[in-house]
Amino acid sequence: MIPELGEFALILALGFSVILAIVPLYGAATLKTLWMEYAKPLAKAQFSFTLISFICLAYAFGQDDFSVQYVANHSNSQLPIQFKLSAVWGGHEGSLLLWALILSGWTLAVSLFSRGLPLDMLARVLGVMGIIATGFTSFLLWTSSPFLRYLPRYPADGADLNPLLQDFGLIVHPPLLYMGYVGFSVAFSFAIAALLSGRLDAAWARWSRPWTNIAWAFLGAGITLGSWWAYYELGWGGWWFWDPVENASLMPWLVGTALIHSLAVTEKRGVFKSWTLLLAIFAFSLSLLGTFLVRSGVLTSVHAFATDPERGFFILILLVLTIGGSLTLYAFKAPSVKSESSFTWLSREMLLLINNVFLMVMAVTVLLGTLYPLLIDALGQGKISVGPPYFNALFVPIMGLMVICLGFSSVARWRTTSVEAVKQQLMLPGIVSLATGLIFPFVYGDGFNFRVFIGISLSMWIITAVAQEFKGKFRRAKSIPEKLKQLSPSYYGMMVAHVGVAVTAIGITLVSVYSEERDMRLAIGDSIELADYQFKFLGTKSVKGANYTADQASIEISLDGEPVVTLHPEKRRYNVKRSMMTEASIDPGLFRDLYVALGEPLADGAWAVRVHYKPYVRWLWLGGLLMALGGILTAFDRRYRRNNKEKQGVAHA
Amino acid sequence: MTPKRKKRLIIILSIVFGTSLIVGLVMYSLNQNINLFYSASQIANGEAPVGARIRAGGMVVDGSVKRATDSLRVSFALTDYEHTVNVVFTGILPDLFREGQGIIAQGKMDENGIFQAIEVLAKHDENYMPPEIAETMKAKKEAAQ
Repeated sequence: MIPELGEFALILALGFSVILAIVPLYGAATLKTLWMEYAKPLAKAQFSFTLISFICLAYAFGQDDFSVQYVANHSNSQLPIQFKLSAVWGGHEGSLLLWALILSGWTLAVSLFSRGLPLDMLARVLGVMGIIATGFTSFLLWTSSPFLRYLPRYPADGADLNPLLQDFGLIVHPPLLYMGYVGFSVAFSFAIAALLSGRLDAAWARWSRPWTNIAWAFLGAGITLGSWWAYYELGWGGWWFWDPVENASLMPWLVGTALIHSLAVTEKRGVFKSWTLLLAIFAFSLSLLGTFLVRSGVLTSVHAFATDPERGFFILILLVLTIGGSLTLYAFKAPSVKSESSFTWLSREMLLLINNVFLMVMAVTVLLGTLYPLLIDALGQGKISVGPPYFNALFVPIMGLMVICLGFSSVARWRTTSVEAVKQQLMLPGIVSLATGLIFPFVYGDGFNFRVFIGISLSMWIITAVAQEFKGKFRRAKSIPEKLKQLSPSYYGMMVAHVGVAVTAIGITLVSVYSEERDMRLAIGDSIELADYQFKFLGTKSVKGANYTADQASIEISLDGEPVVTLHPEKRRYNVKRSMMTEASIDPGLFRDLYVALGEPLADGAWAVRVHYKPYVRWLWLGGLLMALGGILTAFDRRYRRNNKEKQGVAHA
Repeated sequence: MTPKRKKRLIIILSIVFGTSLIVGLVMYSLNQNINLFYSASQIANGEAPVGARIRAGGMVVDGSVKRATDSLRVSFALTDYEHTVNVVFTGILPDLFREGQGIIAQGKMDENGIFQAIEVLAKHDENYMPPEIAETMKAKKEAAQ
């Protein structure tokens, strides 16, 4: 009964989405206030019914209703309750329902927090979001309803959730990532609404900015958590695999990064307008492409769920309609866009534009590497895969160039800057960062290392340039605490995010260069040495978890004879699926992780054991979280809460 | 040409030049880093190049997995139910590796016709078969009928 209620609620939600897609847009086109007024209540109704549908599915999971196919395939009565509930998005159908729920949530949020928005603009934005919701909800209902039943004979127990997913990571990673993916639909809708209305002034950028920054922050946090999850759960200590699905989330993030910077320029200076519109369209299109790549099963990946060509085809149609439709509209409307100010070759605008180009090149690089195997396969030229060396060879150098540019743009002024001023401001940061990069490998490692030199210098370059610019703010300030209060949240957000880039860069550099790893056969009492630590294998014992049994090893780690920690990696056997899972054990630290994972049992109680020494690995996630925090901070700026009607036109910063 | 048009021409030319440079570099490094997939039969027929990094896939033959007693060296045979190829790997095998399971190995063929694997991939559940393997096996089946 409850699952049918869920299905019914979803159908009603689709009904409201269809009305939301038609009525307010028609109202805005014909200037009928009453029709436009419908947008807000419709957004509320759409959200309420999607939420009811989602709760029904969660209830079916909580009650172990294995007559529902989706529950039977992704849950089990032995599963702990928190995993039963997060198993709701542990498969294709449920994760799409989460997608739809988050989309309607964003729609609701726009309708609630947009008091300053003119009615016609709001109607258009919500209408466009209604179109997207219509597409996705019908996709859900027609090809992947999570409420289908096994009737009359249903299984006594469920097939269980994939053991890899029975983890804290499943609880937080998909919702955060989807918040980001779907959040770009808001930026997209604002762009489309602006194109439809023909009002492409800077006000549009100001409305769209906080939403875009928040979506970007969620996406970044989601990617960061995903990387952390893969690190401790997959058991081989990697934190980025250039897996197609990782790439699918990285591409919208890169374009999103370009978008938030371009939006900033559009808001403050009234230039790059058509470029910003294009980026907003691309960011959301890439989010859709990501969904297509993950859900259609065209790629071999850890994330690929059941393959179903019909679903892939449906998303492909959605993708073509979205990209084709929005670009057509763009082609008709964009030429009328006029810049409101000018800038010279050396100015913050120019440097941000260059960074935008770098980010787009990175996104295109990743896109080509991800789609190339598909293209070759479609052409019947054979099966290939593109290895990580390709991505590293192109991604890392462009990233480096971009970071150099970031330092310059931090101190450059809007409109125009003199070479002298830049030189004067950046001489000291340049020297400091080069010197730190040069000295660091001697102090930390055993001698000069080119990659460390580059990585540390670039990170220091960001930090010192940001600090220099921050210091400059106080040149004419009478009291320092007063000035600190005066600076806007968006300014602090920018600084935090840029420092985050540096922290991530430090983490990536040091963990790639100074990591040590060994796979060894260890009998009881054997020990190995790695990076000055001694790892002693004390044997294994059998332990029992909620829905698995495991061999748990004890590995005593000491440093120069002093005991550090005893780690207990496990080899789990899950009862229901009879599948094996490696549960790594980690001693985390700000400056190093010690990581131990069990391979397979060998003869005489010996085990294959993998040990890692991972210096500064936490920094790369810490940096990711700082970037996300920065994105959130910017949205708290006072100027977004003020009534937007009061100040239109260009805001001169 | 008016100065305005000249400026536009320069901008357009630099965009075209920049894009083709990037695309060229991307294509170059793509071609350096693609790994072709070969089935066991293709390898047995000598189609796979010796010494180049490739991917080989198939099902692990029952009873073929042999471990060294003093190291992590493992040898096993991969089959597509027509030909088999011997694989040697040193290291820790993935959780889902077992006899009868479809896997993909990444590595090189040596002169003795043995596949020296650097990485062994086995993903998903016990019924999963990498699409590459499923396709070659399907083609085999159709050819046999």
